[in-house]
Amino acid sequence: MGENKTIRETEEEIIDSFSLFDTWEEKYEYIIDLGKQLAPLDEKYKKPENIIKGCQSTVWLVAENCDGKIFYKADSDAVIVKGLISMLVKVLSGHAPDEILDAKLDFIREIGMMNHLAQTRSNGLLAMIKQMKNYALAYKSIKETEKSI
Amino acid sequence: METVAAISGLDVMAIRENFPILNRELNGKQLVYFDNAATSQKPQVVIDALVNYYSHYNANIHRGIHTLAEEATAAYEATRVTVQKFINAASPEEIIFTRGATEGINLVAYTWARKNLQPGDEIIISAMEHHSNIVPWQMVCEEKKAVLKVIPITSKGEINLEVYEKLLSPKTKLVSVVHASNSLGTINPVKEIITAAHRVGAVVMLDGAQSTVHLDIDVHDSDCDFFAFSGHKVYGPTGVGVLYGKKEILESMPPFMGGGEMIKEVTFEKTIYNDLPYKYEAGTPNIADTVALKSALDFLKKAGKENIRRHEEELLEYATAQLQSINGLTIIGNASQKVSVVSFTVKNIHPQDLGVLLDNQGIAVRTGHHCTQPVMDFFKIPGTVRASFAMYNTKEEIDTLAAGLHKAIKMLA
Repeated sequence: MGENKTIRETEEEIIDSFSLFDTWEEKYEYIIDLGKQLAPLDEKYKKPENIIKGCQSTVWLVAENCDGKIFYKADSDAVIVKGLISMLVKVLSGHAPDEILDAKLDFIREIGMMNHLAQTRSNGLLAMIKQMKNYALAYKSIKETEKSI
Repeated sequence: METVAAISGLDVMAIRENFPILNRELNGKQLVYFDNAATSQKPQVVIDALVNYYSHYNANIHRGIHTLAEEATAAYEATRVTVQKFINAASPEEIIFTRGATEGINLVAYTWARKNLQPGDEIIISAMEHHSNIVPWQMVCEEKKAVLKVIPITSKGEINLEVYEKLLSPKTKLVSVVHASNSLGTINPVKEIITAAHRVGAVVMLDGAQSTVHLDIDVHDSDCDFFAFSGHKVYGPTGVGVLYGKKEILESMPPFMGGGEMIKEVTFEKTIYNDLPYKYEAGTPNIADTVALKSALDFLKKAGKENIRRHEEELLEYATAQLQSINGLTIIGNASQKVSVVSFTVKNIHPQDLGVLLDNQGIAVRTGHHCTQPVMDFFKIPGTVRASFAMYNTKEEIDTLAAGLHKAIKMLA
């Protein structure tokens, strides 16, 4: 997952996929498909501390550190949100904390999904991006602490 | 299909021409606005009243001796009289302008309840209340060591009156219930609720946020002690609302906020409060929106509440039938008396997903818990999709909603 590609390269792949769609229906059918394909999160991770609570839908997010790279797993009870988080997981997973922290994630705007970010209260997507970056920051500081010891 | 106008006596097409926003297109489609329970759209007369106020007679009210101040004061006070007649209050002094229904409820919680509650006293609300009619009472109960009791609802979404009667006791000091539910549409039997509460000496507050636009409001006939509603849900501007209170009760309450307007005389030793209703209107009020609220109420009156009610009942009946025929769709809230609100869920689909796909088709509905989380918990659902209808909506728009839902469900299946 993303080992050989930069974050921007994965973003560009997504933008390319979306450029094939002419209508909003095609775009959303694709996102809905992504949402359905995303493997459901193991029930053991669906703990309150992993919840990013939106006003309407719920997002669960967990992160693992493997050889200095971060891998995310996420889920949602709403399928469109799930499709959007599936893209975010794909874009950011397998990268070093610094790369994740620097990621601008412009693809969300470029595929015309900014309105979903604006609905911060309802779907928790913006909170999810913040949390993904918080994990990166946390792993970065753990690493730096280890180095200094 | 028969046109709505022919059936209900309301010329909906002529009504629609008064609402410029209804001409908007979203995503290349004509806007279908079904989020009226959240806020209604504004007729041109309301927009004009705002512009006219700021263009011609903007001034601070009550104190000025110049012409503009006199005109502004007269317009502001004219709204008070219009509201008084609109809800059949005994006098204009019983009409207090607020920011909205929420502020009206909070005003009563902060003043009446703080003055009158003793430890162990009880406040009764229902399980279908909006958070605005839950949280202020929780706050005051916590402070005063009083107890908040909740009347349960039935699976149809109606208040359980038998349990209500049992909850009432001499300990009951206040009953606060919603007149019409925002998430279920239920019209509550408020006269029965009020009569029973008065029997034990409790005062009754009605949350009229949803009911005022749909039903005839008669505070004299219902004998409620407090009634609150919001201007923006009755085709008026945001930021203005009304709290009605019986004169003798309002006179006995301490003020809500201190400041200008609400005083008669101020020295550092003692302040003498102003008379009703100014005692509760500290500071420069929301003059422009209050002035424009009159235009909204006049507009409603001119269209005729009875005509509107008949039209909205038709819409409700039609929408209920149309939506019920959709596979997997369940209507939440099946009370025998409802305002024009249809809340529903579709099997295995999150309401938010439906909302997003309807929005892309130019259809504005609300999804979520509608600030009534306890109602959603009762029905064990994360939320609903809610379509709520106003006087300018049509059966054709409901057909668009039904078609939009079919499409969304197909895409999500």
